[in-house]
Amino acid sequence: MTLTLTTEAPPFDLPGVDGRNHSLDDYAYADALAVVWSCNHCPYVQAWEGRMVELQREFGDRGFRLVAISSNDADAYPEDSFEAMQARAEQQGFNFDYLYDEDQSALRSYGAERTPEVFLFDRDRRLVYHGAIDDSRDETQVSERYLRDAIEAVLAGREPSVRETPPVGCSVKWRS
Amino acid sequence: MTIELFYWKGCPSYPEAKELLEEVLSERGIESGVSMREVRTQEEAERLAFPGSPTIRIDGRDVDPAGAESRPALNCRIYYLPDGRVSPVPTRKQLEAALT
Repeated sequence: MTLTLTTEAPPFDLPGVDGRNHSLDDYAYADALAVVWSCNHCPYVQAWEGRMVELQREFGDRGFRLVAISSNDADAYPEDSFEAMQARAEQQGFNFDYLYDEDQSALRSYGAERTPEVFLFDRDRRLVYHGAIDDSRDETQVSERYLRDAIEAVLAGREPSVRETPPVGCSVKWRS
Repeated sequence: MTIELFYWKGCPSYPEAKELLEEVLSERGIESGVSMREVRTQEEAERLAFPGSPTIRIDGRDVDPAGAESRPALNCRIYYLPDGRVSPVPTRKQLEAALT
């Protein structure tokens, strides 16, 4: 079951590609926190991940943090192994934490269905936006920047004007 | 001419690929219909050498030969635009070239 708006962020404690574990509490200082379900192998993620880097760069010094989590079954999809995640983060210059949810416990608690899929939380860690990063995987065709606008709203102490959109991307890969 | 579109329902890109393919076929006056072939299991993916969804074959030839050799899997297939960006569907030019 996917998290509903105003729900509190479920806790997690997961290994990151930087070799350290990262928990929800580690981001307690952030005024806005985006937890993005992601992975390596999905073309939708690859099309959007540059914009994830850009958002972290743009809003990082204003109290925003983006955290990407991959829960995909790496036995069936070796491109999504932890080692491959480390390599991709290095190649693509990720400026956000990229965490591996190997036992899929975080996936179960958030209920993500797609990659990429955004859960944006406010200062109190209540879900204020859920869905897509923007309205087109093709960055030259974007007209609505949902996540960007929602971050601006949260950092200004307002509710986002758009609070839910359908996430567009690959299905998450559950372990059988 | 045999035109096949192999797809997996777990990836949302196949309707867009079908629409683009039908546009290109119409522009070229090609009346052959698109045969939609669903791939449901990893075993089917391996038997059909299905490197991801969507995969389009014209008379058995993949419209993106470079990607055709990827590991068979139930996933979204990666295509590359001329500028290096990634797309989940082939480009119009790839389809046009495959029909030439």
